[in-house]
Amino acid sequence: MHEHEHDEHAPITDRDELTYYEKRVYAIQSLLIEKGLMTADEVRRAVEDMDARTPALGAKVVARAWVDPAFKARLLTDAKAAVTELGIDTGTLSTLVAIENTEKLHNVVVCTLCSCYPRPILGVPPDWYKSLNYRSRVVVDPRGVLKEFGLELEQEIEVRVYDSTADIRYLVIPARPAGTEGLSEEDLARLVTRDSMIGVAKARMPDQY
Amino acid sequence: MPRVHDRGGWPEAGPINQAEHDLSLWEKRTDALLVLLASPAKQVLRVDELRRTIESLAPDAYEKLSYYERWITAVEALLIEKGILTREEIDRKAEEL
Repeated sequence: MHEHEHDEHAPITDRDELTYYEKRVYAIQSLLIEKGLMTADEVRRAVEDMDARTPALGAKVVARAWVDPAFKARLLTDAKAAVTELGIDTGTLSTLVAIENTEKLHNVVVCTLCSCYPRPILGVPPDWYKSLNYRSRVVVDPRGVLKEFGLELEQEIEVRVYDSTADIRYLVIPARPAGTEGLSEEDLARLVTRDSMIGVAKARMPDQY
Repeated sequence: MPRVHDRGGWPEAGPINQAEHDLSLWEKRTDALLVLLASPAKQVLRVDELRRTIESLAPDAYEKLSYYERWITAVEALLIEKGILTREEIDRKAEEL
């Protein structure tokens, strides 16, 4: 398998030579700026917007769904509209679908064709989500893959895999952990990890943060 | 035989490398370029065109390149295809860096 897992980024050396691909990006960017197709300021703002999108946004949505059944119902019906209610800009998302994990059902998300992911509310996807092996295996052996991520599910629990497309992206609403009845919405949001919203983990227990 | 990008269910796939890295500057710039070029305000290219170009990479290139290496290769190919930039001017600019 010619999996290429970004090895070249692992050792941070003090090289001053740009790589071939770095040169291509910077060359293209400066030509597009010279030709007036974009400005340096637009590039800077696009990078800032990317940095500002983190799983904390999705966690806020999930925590609200845990404490507010009416909101959860709206989230399950039209996730994009519900997310927008919380003041979160859904950017270029076309359709967002929220899927709920319960005691009997566990959902997990993949994009077998590439890397589609609800970026406006979770940020950029982790490397493994884009990896050829995750994309290949989770659709045929979801339980095995979840086990690799440290999540062993009992046989009675049904597992469903959602394959994303550019037009439909998914947000998993993890099950609310037991023993969290007294927690504030803000504290609940801290239990909602990125991985739990992809479906490769459960939400944290309150004693785990 | 599915095409190279159509990965679901490939039998030889091995363990998943769960190591993560923070995006480096050139990767963020590549992402930003695509976001801007595909934005409703500019519409220089579309995400579906990017997909088509990435999916048309030679199979060994698809598997060998990192994620954003695939992206910038596709963005470059599309900008040339559309006559917005030429390979020669990109080469020249890259030489100066």
